Amino acid sequence: MKLHEYQAKEYFARYGLPVQKGAVIERPEQVATLALRYPVVVKAQVLVGGRGKAGGVKLAATPKEAEARARAILGMDIKGERVTRVLVVEAADIEKEYYLAFVTDRAAGRVAAIASAEGGVEIETVAHTAPEKIARAEADPFLGFPDFQARVVGRRLGFTGALLEEFVKIAATLYRLYWAEDADLAEINPLALVGGHLLCVDAKLVLDDNALYRHANLPANEEMTELEAAAKKHGLSYVELDGDIAVIGNGAGLVMSTLDLLAHFGGRAANFLDVGGGASAEAMQTALGIVQRKPGVRAVFINIFGGITRCDDVARGIVENPPKVPASIRLTGTNEAEGQKILKDAGIAAGLDPDEGARVAVQLARDGAKTRGGR
Amino acid sequence: MAVIVGGQTRLLVQGITGYQGAFHTGLMLQAGTKVVAGVTPGKGGTKTHNVPVFDTVDEAVRATGANACCIFVPARFARDAALEAIASRLDPVVIITEGMPVHDAIEVVGYARQQGVRVVGPNGPGVTTPGQCRVGIMPTQLFKPGPVGLVSRSGTLTYEVVAGLTRAGLGQSTAVGLGGDPVVGTSFVEALELFNADPETRAIVLLGEIGGSAEEEAARYIKAHVRKPVVAYIAGRTAPAGKRMGHAGAVISGTEGTADHKIEALETAGVRVATLPSGVAALVKARL
Repeated sequence: MKLHEYQAKEYFARYGLPVQKGAVIERPEQVATLALRYPVVVKAQVLVGGRGKAGGVKLAATPKEAEARARAILGMDIKGERVTRVLVVEAADIEKEYYLAFVTDRAAGRVAAIASAEGGVEIETVAHTAPEKIARAEADPFLGFPDFQARVVGRRLGFTGALLEEFVKIAATLYRLYWAEDADLAEINPLALVGGHLLCVDAKLVLDDNALYRHANLPANEEMTELEAAAKKHGLSYVELDGDIAVIGNGAGLVMSTLDLLAHFGGRAANFLDVGGGASAEAMQTALGIVQRKPGVRAVFINIFGGITRCDDVARGIVENPPKVPASIRLTGTNEAEGQKILKDAGIAAGLDPDEGARVAVQLARDGAKTRGGR
Repeated sequence: MAVIVGGQTRLLVQGITGYQGAFHTGLMLQAGTKVVAGVTPGKGGTKTHNVPVFDTVDEAVRATGANACCIFVPARFARDAALEAIASRLDPVVIITEGMPVHDAIEVVGYARQQGVRVVGPNGPGVTTPGQCRVGIMPTQLFKPGPVGLVSRSGTLTYEVVAGLTRAGLGQSTAVGLGGDPVVGTSFVEALELFNADPETRAIVLLGEIGGSAEEEAARYIKAHVRKPVVAYIAGRTAPAGKRMGHAGAVISGTEGTADHKIEALETAGVRVATLPSGVAALVKARL
């Protein structure tokens, strides 16, 4: 789960990491109520990256100017995400920008610290243009991230004296937050030198979805669309896409390959939906309801390979809630004969071959588009 | 011969009295697996499918000589179950459980390395050596013994491809399901090392997907060490960046983890990459 900057900074402040004084507002008039030292920076709170380039971050010298900035930014569309809140913070006079993050290093199976004296830009860019400017250190799963490791990283960034110790404290605290809060990414970019001290000017925090159950008082998850949230409630993994063929399959890899299959035959998937291993008739029924709620869906492609999932269960779910748009069904594997018979008895056609199923689904969506165009 | 599991495997099932654990224990027994013990804290002294159940792994191992473990417990208990199995030096420890917190997986994988134990998973379908042993949930009826080693990050996609291989008359030595999580115990490279050294495996199928760089690392390893034919398929070519596609590990972050990048890396290493899962069997057949 991705958090907004202001939410990440609330975590930061709670752990004692240095952040600017500021407040979150939802209406421009609220600027007048803020007790802040001017100039201030007005920052759009969105989960997508690149808000600065999109005009979502502006400096303001007076309350009046800040209000105007907030008015312009609130309601803005940044890469498809509407701005509903802005963070107003006291502007910092930045002397130098650094980068510091803890991430899950998948290849190492460990947590890694990544730091650079080239802050304020995307770390991926630095990794491509000047990889030697990136310092890396792995945390031991049992020892954590001892201060000496932070000191080694800090020296590589060029810190000395009191500033080095300040960096060590920040790195150790960020690691503590990362581990305790089950984060997947905790990033400070830039970690800025301001008036001789280090300050977390921007903050990014991504929490592990699998670990949310063991944390209380979590902020609301704003990453999901309405349909995605509805699917999640039913334990279904659903991702909204922008095509017109609804997809239901079992197993993440198979569903991903189903999207690719449709593209291969010239179609476009409206969604990703994994009904999961051992999907019941009920799950199938719910899945059919959810995928067809998305506007613009012209056909459904159901691609089931029964392993633990039983084809008869899937067929019962389909019969209970038959698709309202033309459907192509591929049903094979465990209890295939029973499943095929249940569908046949209900007058629903189903095949065994995934490629043929995808081809048919693409054709059905095309026919649907024509009919609609002809009306 | 086979890799990771085979006729020598004496399996202990953790979570054997649960819905999934009991169901799959039945199927594993049917497939010829020697399931010698089960563990569910609080259910010691009972039996499931006539397999004795114990409260702790320690007791179970002493009583039955179990040497491998399969874990079906719910996500919030999976860390403890895995650590318990590793502490008793069961090897491999195959974790089927989906939804395990990543930090728990980091601790489990770290402890396993320290103790010299192989972990497979979490969030995978397990390991199957056709005709000998099934550890996990793969539908054995699709398989037949033969020369193709298969390693995959996805369950159903594995079944789909295995069914295609079997239909084409190509049996399998072992199928290894690595799991769909960001941090897993066994990587593509480790599975490739095993298949490369296994005299019965004459060709290797690698099924990858978006997210991370495990396929790129596999490509580097193949180029340097593998002389057996390798055929691959990568799912998620049309997946958008930044969205988690079902598996916790299947997400393109920034420019890292795209299917195109993985396919390019594999092809550069001499691997034939199928456009569709249905194309895998023919590519294997042509190279055997």
